[in-house]
Amino acid sequence: MNENETRTESTHDTPQAPDVDGARRGFIGTAAGLSAAALVAPGVFLHSVAAAPRTEPVTSDVRWGLLIDTAKCAEGCSACVEACDRENGLDLQEPQGSESKWEHQKAVWIRKVKLQDNQTGRITQLPLMCQHCEDPPCVDVCPTGASFKRADGIVMVDRHLCIGCRYCMMACPYKARSFVHQETHGQLTAVPRGKGCVESCNLCVHRRDYGEASTACVDACVQEGHEAIVFGDLKDPNSVISQRLRELPSRQIREDLVLNTGVRYAGV
Amino acid sequence: MAKAAVRIGLVVLGLVWGAFAAQTVLADEVKRYVVEGSPAAELDACVEPTDQMRRMHMEFIKHQRIETVHEGIRDTKYSLTGCVDCHISYDANQNPRPIDQPDQFCGACHNYAAVDLNCFDCHASVPNRPGADAETAHRAAGVLGQVASTPHKEASEQ
Ligand code: HEC
Ligand code: HEC
Ligand code: HEC
Repeated sequence: MNENETRTESTHDTPQAPDVDGARRGFIGTAAGLSAAALVAPGVFLHSVAAAPRTEPVTSDVRWGLLIDTAKCAEGCSACVEACDRENGLDLQEPQGSESKWEHQKAVWIRKVKLQDNQTGRITQLPLMCQHCEDPPCVDVCPTGASFKRADGIVMVDRHLCIGCRYCMMACPYKARSFVHQETHGQLTAVPRGKGCVESCNLCVHRRDYGEASTACVDACVQEGHEAIVFGDLKDPNSVISQRLRELPSRQIREDLVLNTGVRYAGV
Repeated sequence: MAKAAVRIGLVVLGLVWGAFAAQTVLADEVKRYVVEGSPAAELDACVEPTDQMRRMHMEFIKHQRIETVHEGIRDTKYSLTGCVDCHISYDANQNPRPIDQPDQFCGACHNYAAVDLNCFDCHASVPNRPGADAETAHRAAGVLGQVASTPHKEASEQ
């Protein structure tokens, strides 16, 4: 956890942002715990009108991305994390070993991160997931080609090719990837998962391929009334996300690495 | 000379007939793997002619896998999800039975052929979809029992 904190901290130590004093910033918390509320899957209603499945290969005419307005991201809320867990069957993982070890080992696609500027005391909340880089380091280092970027900008793992070496996890500046350490059971049809492979947020790729409008995290955030996350096509100037990006000052985390992330943050 | 030709002709005819007879016998003896009670049992044909499916299904699936995972194509007929949906069968409580079990569709034939797959380490061996869509899917597949007993539901209700 310590390693995680320091590493993510340097995340914000970017030259372009004089107002951010990276060295003085500290993270209070990292992964948000899963609360055990009985929830009807949020967003289900929003996307129950199933569109037709894709018939043509994805193209680079679109580039999917997220814009996260941290000003709207509420303290103590982990609706996006829970929705992601449900959508992607992450809640089906069976805990193993001690609780603290399990917290480290279980696969997570979104981590709710809280950061504090120690100088001003300002606290910022944000969900951190795969940033879907245009030039993803995980893809550069993968020895088998399992880590790849789909034409529409989604960075993901072809589990049929993944040998579980975890180079990509080391290369990722966002600590966004997880390794599945144990056998899994009762997987969802749409989200196969098995021991020995690496995985991470794939922007709900099954929803993309069925033409649905958003992701599970976005739907959950809307349902909670926060609307902190916007999903959309970064290449379409008329998309909501592009419009918002034009209005709001936003940044890429670790923009010093020039990875051109597909996930942008406002208010950090 | 003519006699010899006739004799050869007869022999050939005999061989051909013999081959056909043997084939018919074989065809009768071929064990069928479609499981009773599965949607497939109600249908006449697979996604390709049956003998082609027997020989080629692994190739079809392999290509499908690349198309789907890398190119996002979801409408093609060789989807592994599709195989499971159509070839799944149910127990007395309307629960689907994992398709890779040695007495189920994929499992039985692979068992016989000594093929060992790891696909279902990751892939759902029963139709298993989340949320409201799952209920619709299960209702359509006649497997509401599965919805009630899915660990997915339990997890979100603790
Ligand atoms: C829409 C339903 C449907 C789907 C989808 C489907 N099948 Fe079939 N399959 C059938 C039917 C019906 C038969 C039996 C055909 C016959 O009677 O000759 C069959 C037969 C077969 C056979 C031959 C079985 C035997 O007894 O010799 C194989 C092998 C097979 N399917 C594999 C697959 C695979 C692999 C997939 C996925 C790519 C698949 N099927 C998808 C309906 C389906
Ligand atoms: C380590 C886990 C893992 C293993 C083992 C695995 N798969 Fe997959 N497979 C996946 C994931 C993840 C996807 C992507 C699912 C999606 O986006 O729909 C996938 C997708 C697919 C698809 C496209 C989706 C569909 O339903 O048609 C096919 C076909 C497929 N796999 C076939 C296979 C076959 C055949 C095997 C065994 C030889 C296999 N897989 C083993 C993880 C795995
Ligand atoms: C009629 C018998 C039969 C049925 C039914 C059958 N298979 Fe097969 N399958 C085989 C045989 C035989 C092989 C091995 C072929 C070889 O090694 O050349 C095989 C191989 C495979 C392979 C490739 C394995 C590898 O390691 O290369 C996959 C994937 C596969 N089957 C999937 C399925 C799925 C999924 C189903 C159920 C929907 C199914 N099969 C049903 C006979 C069958």
